[in-house]
Amino acid sequence: MSTTAIQDPAGPAPDQEWVAPRASAASSGTSAARLAPICDKVLSGERITPEEALILHEEADLLTLGTLADAVRWRIHPEPRVTYIVDRNVNPTNSCVTDCGFCAFYRRPGDPEEYVLPREEIVAKVQETADLGGRQILMQGGHHPRLKTDWWCDLIADLRERFPQVNSHALSAPEIEHLSKLDKRPVEEVIRDLKDAGLGSVPGAGAEILVERVRLIIAPRKTTTDTWLDVHRKVHEAGLRSSATMMFGHVETAAERIEHLARLRDLQDETGGFTAFACWTMQPDGVPQEEIYPERATPGVYLRVQALSRIFLDNFKNIQTSYVTQGVKMATVTLRYGCNDFGGTMLEENVVSAAGCFHLESVQRIEDAIARAGFTPRQRNSWYGICDERHKGEGVPRSAQEASCEITAGGAA
Amino acid sequence: MPLGLLSTDAISQRAAAAGLGEIARKVFEGERLSREDGISLYEAPDLHLVGALANHVRERLHGDKAYFNVNQHINYTNICNKLCRFCAFQRLPKQEGAYVMSPEVIAEKITAQLSEPVTEVHMVAGIHPKLDYQYYLDILRAVKGARPEIHIKAFTMIELMQIAHVAKRPLEEVLPELIEAGLGSCPGGGAEVFADRVHVEGYHLKNTGQQWIDTARQVHEAGLRSNCTMLHGHIETIEERVDHLDRLRLLQDETGGLQTYIPLSFHPENTEWAHLPGPTALDELREIAVGRLMLDNIPHVKSYWIMLDIPIAQLALSYGSDDVDGTVVEERIYHEAGATTPQEVKRAELIQWIRDAGRTPVERDTLYNVVWEEPALAEA
Repeated sequence: MSTTAIQDPAGPAPDQEWVAPRASAASSGTSAARLAPICDKVLSGERITPEEALILHEEADLLTLGTLADAVRWRIHPEPRVTYIVDRNVNPTNSCVTDCGFCAFYRRPGDPEEYVLPREEIVAKVQETADLGGRQILMQGGHHPRLKTDWWCDLIADLRERFPQVNSHALSAPEIEHLSKLDKRPVEEVIRDLKDAGLGSVPGAGAEILVERVRLIIAPRKTTTDTWLDVHRKVHEAGLRSSATMMFGHVETAAERIEHLARLRDLQDETGGFTAFACWTMQPDGVPQEEIYPERATPGVYLRVQALSRIFLDNFKNIQTSYVTQGVKMATVTLRYGCNDFGGTMLEENVVSAAGCFHLESVQRIEDAIARAGFTPRQRNSWYGICDERHKGEGVPRSAQEASCEITAGGAA
Repeated sequence: MPLGLLSTDAISQRAAAAGLGEIARKVFEGERLSREDGISLYEAPDLHLVGALANHVRERLHGDKAYFNVNQHINYTNICNKLCRFCAFQRLPKQEGAYVMSPEVIAEKITAQLSEPVTEVHMVAGIHPKLDYQYYLDILRAVKGARPEIHIKAFTMIELMQIAHVAKRPLEEVLPELIEAGLGSCPGGGAEVFADRVHVEGYHLKNTGQQWIDTARQVHEAGLRSNCTMLHGHIETIEERVDHLDRLRLLQDETGGLQTYIPLSFHPENTEWAHLPGPTALDELREIAVGRLMLDNIPHVKSYWIMLDIPIAQLALSYGSDDVDGTVVEERIYHEAGATTPQEVKRAELIQWIRDAGRTPVERDTLYNVVWEEPALAEA
C-alpha cells in the first residue's frame, strides 16, 4: 500500500510500501539470528527496547509473534480466563469541529444530520443497558462547539443518580481538552468537576497514532500527542483510570507504530493508570478523505500488531481484542495472540459502523466464542475487576465507585 | 548460540517440553507419523507449537510460496437424493429453489467470464437421479465449447459413481469418455469422514468411505489427478479424523494421484445438524496443521478461504497450508450453509493477503503449473 501520494505537511512521507517479512526468514539465516536474542528476552520476562520491537515487527513471522504474545499472556494471566463487559456505546452528539478525514461518524455544526441526543433518549438507552445487567456506558462523541463541561457534568450526575451500577466511561482525552478550551480553564479543573459529577473512567479513544507527523496528516485539528498523553496523566493523577488505544493501518510507518507503543509504555511506567490497551485497524469505507487512505489492512497485519502490543506493553495488564473490526472468529484467534479481554458487548455502536464495519454480537455469542476457544468467560467492570456470579476467585472491586455500588458478586466481601 | 523460536533445535526443545519430542524428531527426519502421533497432535494444548511443526514441513516442501488460482464455480444442480444431514445446499426435485442448469446456461456462465483470466472451472453438484449420462458429457463439452483452454475440474467421487450408474457401465469405461469430453481432473469434495459410524449417522445414502477411496483409485488409474478433503467439526471423533487421514495417505502411497488435501469446516446453518456449533477458528488452524503433518505424501494443503473466512485462510499459511484456492465466481454450496464470505474476491486482494502473511504469491493452474509468479523478495 503506497503512502507516497500523500501531501505531508510534516516532512517526507515514507517512500516504501510496507512489505511483510518472508515468513521463512524466521527459521534460519540472518533474520532468525537477529530475532533469537529478542525472543529469549521476551520468554524470560525481560522488557524489550523499541529497537527490538521494530526488529520483531519487521522480521518476525506471525507464528513467532503469536508464540511470544501467547507466552506473555500466560505469564501475566495464568488463569485461562477471558473477560468482557456488558456495555453500550452512547454517542450524545455527532457534531464535531475537528474534521478528521478518517471519521465517517461526525457532522459539522450546521449540517442537517447533526444531532444532540435529548436527555430522555440517553436515559432510555442507559435504562436498557441497566436492564441487561450492563456495567458501563461508553459515552463519547463529536467535539461539539457549545456543549461545555457543565452539560456533561449534569448528564453524568443524572445518570449516576439513576443508575448507580452503570459506570460512565466517558470523554476521550481530545474531548476533555476541547472542554477545557470551551471553558477557558485548565484541564485539571475539568477532570475534577467530571469526577465529582460521577465520571468513573476515561476511554482511550482519539489516540490514533501518537506521532505528530501522522497526526498532522490524519487529524490536524485534534489534540497533539503530548496533550493526549498529558490529559491521561492528569486523569490518572486525579485518581481515575483510563484505557489506551491505537488506530493503525493508515499512513503510519512501522517505526511510528512502535513509537506510539513506547509513548504509552513510558506514561504507564510513570502513572500506572492505564487499565488496558486496545488496537484496531482503520476502517476506510466512506470516510471523508477516503482518497488518502489505503485499502483496509488485512487481518495478518492486524494480528502482527496486536501480538506485538502484548509483547511490548509489559506494564499493561490487559489487552483487548477488536471483534468489532475483525469479527468474532478472528477475535477468538487473538486470544492466542495476546488478548485476554473481549472488550464490551457494545449493545450499540455508531462510529466504526459508520465506516462499513459492523460486527456487533450478543452477550451469548461472546460467551460461546470465548468458551469454545478454551477460556472461561467472565464479566468485568470498567476497572477490570471481575463481577460475575460464576466467579469463585478473587473478585474485589477495583475502585471506590464500584465498592460503593454494593453489587459485586462472587468472592467479594 | 540462541535458538529463536522456529529453528529446528528450538522447536525440538519446545516439543520435548510438551511431550511431543519424538514427534518432532520424526517430522525433522521425514519419518511417517503414527496414528497415535496424530491423536497427540490433536490433543496438544500448544497450537502454536503444532503450527510450528507443520510450518516446518510446509516450508521444506514449498518455501515461502503460496498458491492461488483464478477460477469459477459452477454448481450445475442442487437437486439431490442423498439427504446428507450436514448439507444446506440440497433440494428435492420440485422443491422450491430446486434447479438444474442446462448446458446452454453453463456455457453462458463460462462466456460471461471470458474477459477474466480464468484458468479453471470447478464444477460439482447434487446427485440428481434423473439426469442421464449424455447430460454430463454435454456440460463438459459446453464448457470446452465456450472456453476451449479452460481446465475442467469436475465431479466428486459420488457424482462419478452416479454417472457410471446412469451410463450403466463400469466407471473405468466411462472415465475415458468424460476425459474425451473435457474432464481434466477431479475435486476432493464428498469424502466427509470415512468412518462407517459417521457415515451411518450422517449420510448413509451416500457412498461409504471405502467406496470414495475405491473411486478415487480408479480416477487416478485413468490418469487423472484429484484432490481430497475431510469435513470436520460435526459428530466425528479425533480418532475418526486420524483414521481418515491415515486412509488418505495409504491411498496416496498406492496411486500418487492426490494433489491437495483440503480440510473442510462443517457449517451448521440451515442443515439438519444446525444444533452443532461447528469448528472454531483455532480448530480450523489445527486441522490444517495436523493434515500437513500426517499427510506426508500429499504435496499441497489448502486453506480454502470461502469456507474458512479470509482471515483464517491467510493465517493458515503459517500453520501448514500453501494454497488458498482461487478467486471463485459464484459459489453456492457453503453460502447456503451460512458462509458469510464474499462470492468472489479480486486477484489483487488474494495477492495482498498472501503478501501480508509473509508468503510469495504464485498463481497456478489446476495442476500447479505456474501461471504467474511474483519475484521472490530479497534475502533479509
